[in-house]
Amino acid sequence: MGKCFSTLQFHTSRCDGCGDCMTACAQAKANTDDQAYSRIHILPKTAGEVVELALCRQCADPICVMNCPSGALSKNGDTGVIDWAESKCVNCLLCTAGCAYAGIVYEAKVGHVAKCDLCDGDPACVKVCPSEAIEYRTAARIFNAYAGKEDMFCRGLSACHGCNSELLIRHTMRMVGPDSVVAAPPGCIPGMGTVGYNGQTGAKVPIFHSLLTNTATMLAGVKMQYNRVGRDVTAIALAGDGGTSDAGFQSVSGAAERNDPILFICVDNEGYMNTGMQSSGVTPYGSWTSTTPVGGQMQGKRTEAKNLPIIMTMHNCSYVATASTAFLEDYYAKLEKAIKVAKTGMAYLHVHAPCPTGWRFPSGITTEVCRMQVRTNFVALWEYDPENGLRFTHPVDRPEPVADYLKMIGKYRHLSEEQIAHIQRTVDEKITYLRQLTVMAATRHPASVH
Amino acid sequence: MRSKYMIVGSSHAALEAATAIRLIDADGTLTLLTRDAHLPYSPTILPYVVSGRSQPDNVVLRDQAYFNDNAIVFVPGATVVSIDPAQSSLRLASGDTWRYDRLLIATGAAPMLPPVRGLTDVPFHVLRSLDDAINLRQAMGQARSAIVLGAGLIGMHTAENMAKADIAVTVVELQSHALAGYFEPRASAIIERTFARNGISMLMGQTLRSVERKGDGCLATLADGQTIAADLLLLCTGVKPNIGFLNGSGIEVDTGILVDDLMRTNLPNIWAAGDVAQARGFWGGKVINGILPNAVGQGRIAGLGMADDAGVTPFAGVVPLNTYSFFGQQAISVGRGSTGSGFEIEECGNEADGVYRHIVLKDGQLVGIATINDFIDAGIMWQLILRGTDLSPVKAEFIANPQLTGRRLMSQTWR
Ligand SMILES: Cc1cc2nc3c(=O)[nH]c(=O)nc-3n(C[C@H](O)[C@H](O)[C@H](O)COP(=O)(O)OP(=O)(O)OC[C@H]3O[C@@H](n4cnc5c(N)ncnc54)[C@H](O)[C@@H]3O)c2cc1C
Repeated sequence: MGKCFSTLQFHTSRCDGCGDCMTACAQAKANTDDQAYSRIHILPKTAGEVVELALCRQCADPICVMNCPSGALSKNGDTGVIDWAESKCVNCLLCTAGCAYAGIVYEAKVGHVAKCDLCDGDPACVKVCPSEAIEYRTAARIFNAYAGKEDMFCRGLSACHGCNSELLIRHTMRMVGPDSVVAAPPGCIPGMGTVGYNGQTGAKVPIFHSLLTNTATMLAGVKMQYNRVGRDVTAIALAGDGGTSDAGFQSVSGAAERNDPILFICVDNEGYMNTGMQSSGVTPYGSWTSTTPVGGQMQGKRTEAKNLPIIMTMHNCSYVATASTAFLEDYYAKLEKAIKVAKTGMAYLHVHAPCPTGWRFPSGITTEVCRMQVRTNFVALWEYDPENGLRFTHPVDRPEPVADYLKMIGKYRHLSEEQIAHIQRTVDEKITYLRQLTVMAATRHPASVH
Repeated sequence: MRSKYMIVGSSHAALEAATAIRLIDADGTLTLLTRDAHLPYSPTILPYVVSGRSQPDNVVLRDQAYFNDNAIVFVPGATVVSIDPAQSSLRLASGDTWRYDRLLIATGAAPMLPPVRGLTDVPFHVLRSLDDAINLRQAMGQARSAIVLGAGLIGMHTAENMAKADIAVTVVELQSHALAGYFEPRASAIIERTFARNGISMLMGQTLRSVERKGDGCLATLADGQTIAADLLLLCTGVKPNIGFLNGSGIEVDTGILVDDLMRTNLPNIWAAGDVAQARGFWGGKVINGILPNAVGQGRIAGLGMADDAGVTPFAGVVPLNTYSFFGQQAISVGRGSTGSGFEIEECGNEADGVYRHIVLKDGQLVGIATINDFIDAGIMWQLILRGTDLSPVKAEFIANPQLTGRRLMSQTWR
């Protein structure tokens, strides 16, 4: 299994060219504010163009290293950084001939070639960027930790093109591992063939097809029996939002109230997407569905979605969190906690699953849709436990307008200006409400301020 | 003895080919034979060994642990003396024979000795191997004066080292200006002046007619009749590919080994790369350009081809390139000068403060760029030439600031 590395990602669309990153880099590397010493080079915009970047890409197959006659450059097998050894470098500049992106350059003032070293995994440029234009992506850690683990589903699940649920459940069960039992109530997840046969199709672990109404209770009972016979298994539900928020709710609520030791994952695609795209209790206001049509009388759903994850915090769960598949590092951290918690109490994860088929957007942009949900605050990423209260795990302080999210999706195509303004307002209100909860948590537990 | 992949040589072309093979084939037997006695090192590092900046034991490009980790058999001190393609075998000076499935010849080049009368009777130095460098450094410890024949990169670099070691140096060059392969006379003038200012006597348009022994050194007579005595004589008059051992093998050679764009020779299962290979010139013909990035690029193509990689990109052609530091200053040259009509030449900078820039364009595309003390990213310029990037929309910007414009253009291609 190959190895992945953390890396810097640059979003030119967010960069206004302020140059703070260059000053921070010069500070970090040479103790000066003189940007000539920076190893990241922001190239100012020209008319009609965007900001460009010259920065070492820490190539997997680096020509600078192969061009180096002194052995001063090498690819670090642990960090992925192209290391430069000053003691060996003879300044012949042949490395610069091997780089097509000016990632290693000579600056007369510096007196030798210089390149980005990712600041030992804590890049100074990222910390000062006011617009999140440079991000330090550490998702490689996930690959390194889990890619070698067995996939707990067989090949050939038949989810719709572009569905992120398959991605989600394969990731999830890889971490949960073989000592587990899965409940899958009616919905897309059994619909794609996860409740298989004999480890040859579907899941490779015991999986059962519960009713819409009894998933949480049945799973808690199974878990109890395993406990009784002395086997430590993770009891996990992979349910849709219908099976969680509507018909399934009484059993979910009961299990939460009893703090039953199960991990309940709600895969929220905002409706009954596998039975003809009917509306559910968590379908957002304004959505077209087959039961909230667009016509003379109706302009999509008239009522607000209920805030299911918040409702779950009002029970006795040991852990509640929201998640997005566009932010897998965030999800992995939460899943890790949830698996631990579910040994003794209930963990509830609410994961958003935009549905290309039912929501009508191109199947190639699902992850982009997930990302925009978060970047607009339409979906907030947070976690809650009774001890520490609620905290944001990926606060978005300068959200994009929610209209930019809505216009990606066909089920909102009919929305009027007023409806869009209304949705923006409710998103703002919801985030304000969540913020108040985080403030409450912080005043109760000053140590957990984030 | 037998090896699936057999590479002759242990320098840049050879090492890059080995890396490429191991990317594709993790365990096919792979052997590196080299006549050198040392672990792999680069000829390019030698001037720094001569100056003392690099220690001979600290210039190793691959150590034995690397060979062990990558299941590569490294055989130093193994000089190949003949190849028998019909038998897929080769013979070493030791008498050993090796059989191969696929063979890469990456034997590089050796110094070419000039036709100077009396040369065989005087002690002289060349600089191509680590042992050459160690010998030269030792000799410099005793020498007070030196003649460097040839004002190419190696001659110039070594002359500088000698001057810094307080040796009185005379550089003798047949051409009318130094580094003629890379720089226009105006640029060379800046470099030559710096050398002269540092006490080096620069005799351009001159050559040695004869040499004779004088004490431990020599007495040289120039073409114009003047004589110079020197403790040290260093010959840097170009190189020739190491192809002597191919006689009778049927491998087609001209100046070097003729290869196609996948570095294949005329015979099946035999590849050649680096300074020994004569490959497509970017502007036509089959050429040799003995530079390190070229050896790396060709070695990569050969290695991938030997391992049957379907994705190998054919060689785009040789584009000359050089990065040259002298007395703390930088000279960079990529591409070539104008060779006739239809070229646009933009020259700026001034000789007095030693800053210079020379840009050659044709049909909106970059043909060549050379600068002194005006840093440009050689790799970016190289790519702009190789890709034939159309610079017409940004021509004025590019001429005014090639570094920034080049960086911007390449950054755009990244997304
Ligand atoms: C002093 C000096 C300075 C240089 N500076 C620069 C520079 O600044 N920039 C630049 O781009 N280039 C420079 N070069 C050129 C550069 O080093 C070469 O282009 C490059 O090393 C070519 O690599 P190669 O693998 O083709 O061959 P070489 O490096 O020549 O290696 C040939 C290998 O083949 C082996 N070999 C030869 N014959 C046999 C045989 N019969 N049997 C077994 N093994 C054999 C040798 O031992 C050696 O390992 C410089 C060269 C020198 C000598």
